[in-house]
Amino acid sequence: MADLGEGGGGHKKQGPGVKKSKKKMVRVDMTPMVDLGFILITFFVFTSTMSTPTAMNLFLPKDTEKDNEQTKTKESGTLTILLGNDRNIYYYEGILNTATGENFVPTNFDDIRNVILKKKRSTNADDFMVVIKPGPESTMGSVVDVLDEMTINVVKRYALVDISDAELNFVKQGDEIQSGITPASSGTTPQ
Amino acid sequence: MGRPKISRKSTWVDMTAFCDVAFLLLSFFIMATKTKPPEAVSVVSPTSVSSKAPNEKDMVTVIINQNGKVFLTMSEPDRKQQVVETVAKNKGVSLSASDLAKAKNMEFFGTPITQLSSFVNLPADKIKGDLLPGIPAVDSTNNEVTDWMRAVYEVYYGETMNLFVKGDVNSKYPAFKQVVDAFKKNEMMKFSIITNSIAVPKDSELAKEAKKENAK
Repeated sequence: MADLGEGGGGHKKQGPGVKKSKKKMVRVDMTPMVDLGFILITFFVFTSTMSTPTAMNLFLPKDTEKDNEQTKTKESGTLTILLGNDRNIYYYEGILNTATGENFVPTNFDDIRNVILKKKRSTNADDFMVVIKPGPESTMGSVVDVLDEMTINVVKRYALVDISDAELNFVKQGDEIQSGITPASSGTTPQ
Repeated sequence: MGRPKISRKSTWVDMTAFCDVAFLLLSFFIMATKTKPPEAVSVVSPTSVSSKAPNEKDMVTVIINQNGKVFLTMSEPDRKQQVVETVAKNKGVSLSASDLAKAKNMEFFGTPITQLSSFVNLPADKIKGDLLPGIPAVDSTNNEVTDWMRAVYEVYYGETMNLFVKGDVNSKYPAFKQVVDAFKKNEMMKFSIITNSIAVPKDSELAKEAKKENAK
């Protein structure tokens, strides 16, 4: 189909370097067109599949002032995850020792999974509870990542709770230390 | 010496059929792809392992852009008009009939309620997330998202409504918290966060559980 005007040839002697004939060959090379076609196809396939959003469900507990309606958690079964700035995260088990901060541990998104799993395995399933406290500098991305960790590790009970001032102080201190040791996030001033 | 005879078979392949297939597929994908209009508020969604597609009907979406500005939109144009009418009435802001008709065609809402009338009359090129102030959601005393959600609650009362939060990865947590507080105040306890799907990590508890489910 793409070659017209062919046929009737063959009576002339042909060899390398010898032009076939003066007869015009209308033969279109389709290769670049095919290339282009497939590049466009690849583009559309990728863009159409990558932009399909998904939804992550979240159920909020009811705010209550009444003491008997509030969710009680056992100290031994509670793991609190605190979110600082720049994807820095911290955790402590039980109740934070605000005087010394000895159980306040900095961690990162690679290690937090093992922390959660360890706590989950070492505590009674009914007592296990993860409390997530995002600080004012934390991003939506980190919050969703931590919530996602709950799904990945099949944590049945978890809650988003406001951070307290004492915890915020520890987080701020931690953020300062973290930004000091990681060269990527330390302020580089061009001079 | 005579040269060995090489059969002079042409290596020309007829690409026409190939080309036909390529463009047939191309046209198929172009038509199958839902052409999304370029969003006025650009948001990079966070990732999660959730693979559930959001219900596209009766969507009420709160958008938080990377600067923490809050916007509201609904999937049905009629609802937009009703919500704007309700929120204006609740806050004692008067809107003319033509303003309300325009509200129906707005892509989203993102100004303080008092500026609604001028917002619906903005030219299309001014309606960009970066240029608008967003719905004020600074702290609990100045949180107009609550007023909007109240209106949404009244408009959708007794009907199904799917509530979504579409937050940018880099938006700060306080904006999200104000939005969630606004939901809580209006007894909206169930909502979804729009995310991009990623694969479940291997050997995680969730992957093991899914395996068990499949084995059953």
